[in-house]
Amino acid sequence: MMVAMDPGFRRDDMRGKPLTAATIIQSLASGLLMGLLYGLLAVGLALIFGLMDVTNFAHGEFLMLAMYLTFFLFMFWAVDPLLSIPIVAAGMFVFGAVIYLIIIRFAMRAKANIGMVQIFATFGLAILMRGLAQYFFTPDYRSIPASMLGGKTISFFGVFLPVPQLVGALISIAAFGALYFFMKKTDFGRALEATREDAGAVALVGIDKNKVFALGWGLGSALIGLAGGVMAIFFYIYPDVGASFALIAYVTVALGGFGSVFGAFAGGIIVGLVEATTAMILPPSLKSVGIYAVYLLVVFIRPRGLFGSI
Amino acid sequence: MDSFTQRRRRDLILAAFLAAIAACVPFFVKDVYVQNIMVLTLMYAALSQAWNILSGYCGQISLGHALYFGLGAYTTALLFTKFGVLPWFGMLAGGAISSVIALALGYPTFRLRGHYFVIATIVIAEIGFLLFHNWEWAGAALGIDIPVRGDSWAKFQFTRSKLPFYYFALVFCCVAWLITWWLEDSKWGFWWRAVKDNPDAAESLGVVVFNSKMGAAAVSAFLTAIGGAFYAQFVSYIDPESVMTFQFSLLMALPAVLGGIGTLWGPVLGAVILIPMTELTRSFIGGSGRGVDLILYGAVIVLISLARPDGLIGLFSRRPASKGVPQ
Repeated sequence: MMVAMDPGFRRDDMRGKPLTAATIIQSLASGLLMGLLYGLLAVGLALIFGLMDVTNFAHGEFLMLAMYLTFFLFMFWAVDPLLSIPIVAAGMFVFGAVIYLIIIRFAMRAKANIGMVQIFATFGLAILMRGLAQYFFTPDYRSIPASMLGGKTISFFGVFLPVPQLVGALISIAAFGALYFFMKKTDFGRALEATREDAGAVALVGIDKNKVFALGWGLGSALIGLAGGVMAIFFYIYPDVGASFALIAYVTVALGGFGSVFGAFAGGIIVGLVEATTAMILPPSLKSVGIYAVYLLVVFIRPRGLFGSI
Repeated sequence: MDSFTQRRRRDLILAAFLAAIAACVPFFVKDVYVQNIMVLTLMYAALSQAWNILSGYCGQISLGHALYFGLGAYTTALLFTKFGVLPWFGMLAGGAISSVIALALGYPTFRLRGHYFVIATIVIAEIGFLLFHNWEWAGAALGIDIPVRGDSWAKFQFTRSKLPFYYFALVFCCVAWLITWWLEDSKWGFWWRAVKDNPDAAESLGVVVFNSKMGAAAVSAFLTAIGGAFYAQFVSYIDPESVMTFQFSLLMALPAVLGGIGTLWGPVLGAVILIPMTELTRSFIGGSGRGVDLILYGAVIVLISLARPDGLIGLFSRRPASKGVPQ
C-alpha cells in the first residue's frame, strides 16, 4: 500500500530552460494558471471543512475518481474532456453526497476521539478507493491522447500559455464567481451558511442538517469534478494520482485558512506561483519543497492561515 | 489500594505474562515467513506505542513520524557504512538526533492547533523525504546497502536466523510499553492528559503546556528512531522510499488508532491484528497487483473507526463503551 507523495507527472513540463526574463514570465504565467486550478481543486475541501469541521483525507482519491470518469467517458463514448466536465461534476456531486450518507454521517456520531475517527475513516476510504481503482481500472498509467484542448498553446504578447491550463484557470474563476453568488444569494447557500454557523439552531427552523451536509459534500465533490475533468487532459491518470495532489490541496486550504472559500482561491494562486518559482531555482524533484516551506512560514506567523477565522 | 494502582499492577503482570509467552513462541514457530511477520508486528507495536505517547496521551496528532523513523535508519546506516561505527552507537545517535530535531521542530509547530498542526507534520516529513531523496552523499534515491560482515551481535547483523531480530524487537516492544506504563502514572502523564483534554484549562491550572508537548515529542521521536535503526539492520537496505514515506507515518499511527488511542494496550492490540493482516493479505492476494489487499485494509479501517471510535480495546474493558448518539 504505497501512499508515497511523488510529484504528479506533468506531461508538458518546461524544464532545463535557461533563466531569462522571458522564461521567468513564462514560468510565472504557467504557475498562475496552475495555481488557479489548485484553488479549484482545494475549494471543495475548504467548503466541507467550513460547513462541518471535517477534513476529507480521501480528497485526492475523489480527484482520482473524477479523472478516471473523464478518461472513461473519452475512451468508451469518445466524449471530449471539455464536454464531459459537467457530466463528471454531476457524477461527483452524487458520489460526494452518497459518501456523506453512508460513511461521514456515522463518523460524526462518534462521541470519543471525534477528530481521529474522521481522519481515519476518510483515510480508510482513501485506501479503499485506491484499492478499488487498482482492481477495476488496473495500475496502468492512462492518458487522453487527443482532445480539443490537449497539447495546444496560445501566445499572449510572446508568452505561450498551454490551452488546457488556460481553460482550467477560466473554469476556476467562473466556479469561484458562481460559488460566491450561490453562497450569498440562493436559499441553499444561505442554509449552508446558517448550518455552518449553528447546526443546532437551523434544526429548529426546519432545516434538515443531514440534507444540508449531504448537499455540501455533493457540492464540494462536484468542484473536485471540475478540476479533475481539466487535469485529466494533461496529467497521467493512475490509481495513486490523488496522493500527490491531495497534499497540495491541504496546504492550499490551510494556507488560505481552513473553511475560507476566498482563502482557497488565494492559497491556490500562491501555491502555483511558489511552485513555479521553486522549479526555476531548485532541481525539479524538489519543486514541492518551496510550497511546503511557504506553508510552514505562513502558519508559523499566522497560525490560522492567511484568511482563516476558525 | 485504590483501583488505579490495582489496575496498574494487573497491567504489569499481564505484560510480563504476554512477554514470556512471546519469548517462547519461536520454539514452536520455525517458519521463517511467519517469524518475519512476528518481528514486524513487535516492531510496529513498539513504534505505535511511541507514536501514542505524543499523539494519544498528549493529543498532538502527528502524521509525520516517518521523519524520525527515517532519521534513525539513516543515522545508523550512514555511521556504519561511512565511518564504521557499530549500529548500537548509531541507534543511540539516531535517537538523540531525532529527539533534538523533534524539539527544534516542536518549538514553532506546537503553537499550531488542529489540522494546521497535522498538516505541518505531514509537510515537514515530506520535506525530509525530498531532501534525503536528493542527498547524493546519503545515496539519494538509490539508498544505502548495508554491507554484510557476518553474523554478530556487535554488528547487529544476522543472515542465517531471524531469531536475534525477533528477541531484539520483543525487548524493544517491552521497553516502549514499560516507558509508557511508567509515564502514565508520572507527573508527565497527568500533564499530557490535561493538555489533550483542554490545553487552556491546563495552562490556567499551572501545567506548562508547551514544555509538556516538547517532552512528549522528545520521548516519542527517540523511540521511533530506535525502531528505524532496528529496521535498517533488519532489512539491511534502506532508501527514502522504504523508510521515510507517508506510508510509515500512517502505519505507525494505525495500530494505536484501531487498538485504542491514548491507551496502554491499544498499540499492542492494534499491531497484533493489523500487521499480520497487512502482511498476509499482501502476500496471498496482494501479489496479483490488483489492490485486493488495499480494498480489505481500507474497508477494515473504515469499519473499525466507525463501529469502535475508541478502539478495539473497548471490547475488553468492563466500562461500558461510549455509544454514538444519533443526530
